[in-house]
Amino acid sequence: MSRSSSWAREALAVFGKDCLLELRTRVALGAVLLFAVTSVVASGFALAPPSGVAGEVKASLLWVIVFFAAIAGLSRVFVVEEETRTADALRLAVSPTGVFVGKLAFNIALMWALCVVTVPLYLLLLEVPVRHWSLFVTVVILGSTALACATTAVGAIVAKATMRGALFGVLAFPVALPPLLVAIHATKAAWLSEGGWRMATGDLQVLVGFMLVIVPASLLVFEHIWSE
Amino acid sequence: MNAVAKILTGVWIAGVTVAAFLWLPPAQGFRSPESARIVVFHVPCAILTFVAFLVNAWYSWFYLRRREPLLDMKASVAAELGLLFAVLATVTGSLFAMEQWGSAWNWDPRETSIVMLMLVYAAYFVLRGAVEESGKRARLSAAYALLAFPAMVFLIWIMPRIVESLHPTNTLFTGSGLDPVYRITLWSFFVGMMAVFVWMFRLRLRVEMLEARVRRRRQTEPEPTLTGVQP
Repeated sequence: MSRSSSWAREALAVFGKDCLLELRTRVALGAVLLFAVTSVVASGFALAPPSGVAGEVKASLLWVIVFFAAIAGLSRVFVVEEETRTADALRLAVSPTGVFVGKLAFNIALMWALCVVTVPLYLLLLEVPVRHWSLFVTVVILGSTALACATTAVGAIVAKATMRGALFGVLAFPVALPPLLVAIHATKAAWLSEGGWRMATGDLQVLVGFMLVIVPASLLVFEHIWSE
Repeated sequence: MNAVAKILTGVWIAGVTVAAFLWLPPAQGFRSPESARIVVFHVPCAILTFVAFLVNAWYSWFYLRRREPLLDMKASVAAELGLLFAVLATVTGSLFAMEQWGSAWNWDPRETSIVMLMLVYAAYFVLRGAVEESGKRARLSAAYALLAFPAMVFLIWIMPRIVESLHPTNTLFTGSGLDPVYRITLWSFFVGMMAVFVWMFRLRLRVEMLEARVRRRRQTEPEPTLTGVQP
């Protein structure tokens, strides 16, 4: 069996294990969704029409909610391994690349689940007029994926430290800021501007480029974070 | 750094500072031409912040490759100095912004990116504070520095695309924009500050090494007051 297929298989196994674990406990999904839905409802109370809040503010707020909801749950996937003391077993069974790719896939899935629930609710409660639907959906998919890519390795760092909850937000923010800013910018283009795709093409390129840089960088350092 | 180099650095910086006020003409085209002299001190501090960030990433990378505690010390000292120069650059920049643009903070891309650098450094030290064991602390903080590095490069690269910048671009190296007299003074001050940077770096490193030695000795030798005491 070749090397490449072995880590892909391992990653798939890790992803499957984490999904199963999540379906049984629903800790990460519960934390993330509860946080997001509460924030969306709270914003809806305050900002729903006829409050006259500008679309720019709503676009920023959507991504702020998504980011902080992600902070509530994305480190879970590594913290749980340390808490249940299963990290050593995983280290023995699976290569670091397999672990990282599997956990990253899980975090991406978690972000997508978060967006599937939160974004429609947000659009409904805050009555956002979306001009370019295809662009907006693309931005949400790429933006949430980029956020997961940026924060997965940080989650692995945090799992090894003390005061994990507070630390994750502090450490994740600078790394997640580039995709966050770009996603906000592109969302404004999708909601408000006439240009739509033409306005946001550069933003989408930056999002993809960011993922193409941060994932290999994470893979390079992950081995050093993960191994004792 | 030997005594001669220290004295030379002192004289050099004093000379450049005097030149910045006496030799440098007031910059025309600014709202207050006299206050534009601060650019000579501000820009070198900003460049040194990024130099410190590069040095930190460089030693972090080598720490992960070689696992020598000295490399971790160097990385953390570089981050400390980077934080110091980031504060200096922000304060001098805000003073100038107050004079020139009427407010100390404008969310200019460069202002934002230096604040983000400060946040990265702050997060780096919070992380170092949150891990007890020294080997683990070194590994995790080096990994974090290397993760934050591409993010910062992206931020510095994309920010000007998203927001308009008040700062001029491409004036430091190309002929246009900056008066030659200003350019000479600015880079002379940079050379002086670079020497200070190297000096402080080595001084902090020596302190770190002594502290590590004291810690090791404490660990190997039991506390003298407790020996021979029966419970």
